[in-house]
Amino acid sequence: MDFSLSAEQELLQNTAREFLSQECPPGLVRELYDDPKGFSPELHRKTAELGWTGLLIPEAHGGLGLGMLDMAVLLEEIGRAVVPGPFVFSSVLTTLGLVQAGSPAQRETWLPRLAAGQAIGTLAFLEADDRLDARGVRLKAKKTKHGYVLSGTKMFVPFAEVADVLLVVARTSGKAEQGVSLFLVERQAPGLSLTPLDIVDQTRRVYRAEFQQVAVPKTALVGKKDKGWKIVARLLDAACVALAADSLGGAQKALDLAVEYTKTRTQFNRPIASFQALKHMAAEMASDIEPARSLVWYAAYAFDALPAEASRAAALAKARLSDVYARTTNRAVQMHGGIGFTWEHDMHFWFKRAKWNEFAFGDATYHRERLAQLEGF
Amino acid sequence: MDLSYSKQDKAFRKQVRAWMKKNVPKKDKSLSTLAPDDPRRIERAKAWQRSLHRTGYVARGWPKEYGGQGDSDVMRQTIVNEELILARAPGLIGASGLTMLGPTLLQCGTEQQKQRYLPTVLTAEEIWCQGYSEPGSGSDLASLRTRAELVGDEFIINGQKVWTSGAQFSDWMFCLVRTDPDAPKHRGISYVLIDMKTPGITVRPLVQMTGDAGFNEVFFEDVRVPRDNLVGDLHQGWMVANATLFHERNMLGSTTRTQMMMHNLLRLARSHRRYGKPAAEDPVIRQKLAELLGRVEAMKYHSLRQLTDVIKGRRAGLGAMVNKLVGTELNHDICALALEIMNSYAPLKRGADRVIDNGVWQYEFMFTLGLIIGGGTSQIQKNIISERGLGMPKSG
Ligand SMILES: Cc1cc2nc3c(=O)[nH]c(=O)nc-3n(C[C@H](O)[C@H](O)[C@H](O)COP(=O)(O)OP(=O)(O)OC[C@H]3O[C@@H](n4cnc5c(N)ncnc54)[C@H](O)[C@@H]3O)c2cc1C
Ligand SMILES: Cc1cc2nc3c(=O)[nH]c(=O)nc-3n(C[C@H](O)[C@H](O)[C@H](O)COP(=O)(O)OP(=O)(O)OC[C@H]3O[C@@H](n4cnc5c(N)ncnc54)[C@H](O)[C@@H]3O)c2cc1C
Repeated sequence: MDFSLSAEQELLQNTAREFLSQECPPGLVRELYDDPKGFSPELHRKTAELGWTGLLIPEAHGGLGLGMLDMAVLLEEIGRAVVPGPFVFSSVLTTLGLVQAGSPAQRETWLPRLAAGQAIGTLAFLEADDRLDARGVRLKAKKTKHGYVLSGTKMFVPFAEVADVLLVVARTSGKAEQGVSLFLVERQAPGLSLTPLDIVDQTRRVYRAEFQQVAVPKTALVGKKDKGWKIVARLLDAACVALAADSLGGAQKALDLAVEYTKTRTQFNRPIASFQALKHMAAEMASDIEPARSLVWYAAYAFDALPAEASRAAALAKARLSDVYARTTNRAVQMHGGIGFTWEHDMHFWFKRAKWNEFAFGDATYHRERLAQLEGF
Repeated sequence: MDLSYSKQDKAFRKQVRAWMKKNVPKKDKSLSTLAPDDPRRIERAKAWQRSLHRTGYVARGWPKEYGGQGDSDVMRQTIVNEELILARAPGLIGASGLTMLGPTLLQCGTEQQKQRYLPTVLTAEEIWCQGYSEPGSGSDLASLRTRAELVGDEFIINGQKVWTSGAQFSDWMFCLVRTDPDAPKHRGISYVLIDMKTPGITVRPLVQMTGDAGFNEVFFEDVRVPRDNLVGDLHQGWMVANATLFHERNMLGSTTRTQMMMHNLLRLARSHRRYGKPAAEDPVIRQKLAELLGRVEAMKYHSLRQLTDVIKGRRAGLGAMVNKLVGTELNHDICALALEIMNSYAPLKRGADRVIDNGVWQYEFMFTLGLIIGGGTSQIQKNIISERGLGMPKSG
């Protein structure tokens, strides 16, 4: 029994923290808030040089061949720095989709490029009625002589505009889990048009993707026809773990910033950090975060090592961290007083990301009910 | 990270489980109507600890020369502790000696003290109580006033302790007394061991809200205690006490008991019908159950992380400081949901007609609130976390 990070994982953690404090300071986050695509090619290139974009990609395809716990350690740092950009959607979700279900040709085409940072992917899953189950998948993929033709609308597709390729969850037959298939669609494909959806958390850009008779070759199918839901379910678990890790890092940073600020701000002739109302708030935040860290590590570990427990652990982590991040950032803003409510102060970056993370891939209520079903309450 | 147990650990667990199956005493109906401090109950509890110790399952880490196993493998003691709870074994009557006095003596006691007191702590031949709190000194423990004057080779003690758990059946008390009333409050305290049979001691049980006499008032009138019973240096008792308090609060928050409670809560939710259907089918109750399950699981893995830290000899930090606060509040919240599920049945008392689960939830609902207060209240825990953990300044 060993519940701790390895020396390599601790090294990754330290390197990532140091690198991001240099290369992705709040100033850059602020700059990217105003960027039309919310994306820094330069930062992306540098993270690729560090191997992060290939972290989950096998060494044979130019990656580091590491696992979800390593990724969670990294994502905690990415969340701490509220790094804007498609990392989770490209380097976790699209990558895992291809690693786990891609054909040899797909893997050879895309994985080395994803690893090297030369290509970016994203996941096109949700539709207008915002369902997380298979019945929500209605975008039609019709089989033709040469391949498939996709028609329909995807919503909330993250960073579609900077993506080279979209992993699209489509319906090839039926209505439920049977009949779901995945396709790789290049962003430039004729008939695919993107509309940005203005978003409060500008570190997480999303798009409406309209598929008007988008023709793809047979080779665009990922996994087996009609059997895609199993892959999707696995990716949804991965998304839960990834966002939980991002939330953990963000919550920790919000607490750190708030505590630091209260030590320097004076009211009533004393640092406000000496007021018990704020101290107890901070203590409650820490008491939420410390056990939550263990839960995130466990969920990440279970994703690779304990397949039977992976879904349950992912749901636990996503539900808990959704709550913890939202509550922590709310308190952190309050501890700053009026200054915390301004655009000028950085605090709102984390406050907004907490809300994005909370609702993406199922909120706490959704995952608690899912847990109830998995546990057979 | 590797959450599998070694072959040896698995084999050890198997052996412990088999032993528990044979040896954990069955519930004795004739005892259940007796008060918790009835001598027949006490004798039975002592016999249980004796048998555990004979098997080598008590405080395995203590050195052999004081009656321990000298086993530095923390994992094995953890396995024993977990199996005790899973087997629904009775708690150890000598717990305060084992978890508080013992570690203190091992750290600060003289060789003679260790030889004299540790073996009987293990066998439960001598039961210890903790004499810290006073009527005027609870959270502000260092303001305590029970006076101990050093006259020749003896302390002469006058004053009063309160909320002393188990004092009515304890043989000894580890006690904080004021030896220098003129020094700053933290520097005039000493840590002494008091034989409860010494003339001048009066113990008066206090009935808790549960209806049981769990703690006591203890009065001292010219109580004479040999100087040899001083632990650590004269006037340095605060440091000695803090060494123990640290043990008490940062004790591996083994969450096995919490997990058992959660398990029982889920069983209750499935079986008890609330407004015409099993409580577990009510969407709001499901949400609350799942929320608690998330907190329980977080603490489970949190304690595994801390166990790893202990095994690897790493310092316990902020992670351990939150255990008391989070754990005790969580246990109480589990009981609160049990009562919510039982609805009209919730107010029934132990022994009542139609009472569910023997009234254990009602009892535990109260008992766990006591634990939120005892050993440093939740508010004091938050002061500690914010000041020592987060470096926020003391309130002016
Ligand atoms: C949306 C908005 C609109 C506003 N409009 C106006 C306006 O029109 N006119 C105007 O004059 N002002 C306005 N204000 C300012 C507002 O009144 C102050 O922000 C507020 O009084 C807090 O003061 P502060 O920002 O300096 O925070 P601080 O006083 O520095 O407080 C920071 C933190 O410390 C806590 N704290 C401070 N002292 C204590 C204490 N003694 N005990 C416990 N905790 C303490 C606070 O609760 C807070 O969490 C506005 C603020 C906002 C957010
Ligand atoms: C079931 C039980 C068993 C116990 N067993 C023992 C025992 O065996 N031996 C022993 O010595 N003692 C024992 N105690 C006593 C226990 O340690 C004290 O009750 C506890 O430390 C609180 O002290 P108090 O009761 O005097 O409350 P007070 O200190 O008067 O506290 C009253 C309220 O004020 C709050 N408060 C006090 N100071 C602060 C502060 N600085 N900041 C914020 N809030 C504050 C407290 O949190 C609490 O809410 C036991 C208590 C219980 C409930």
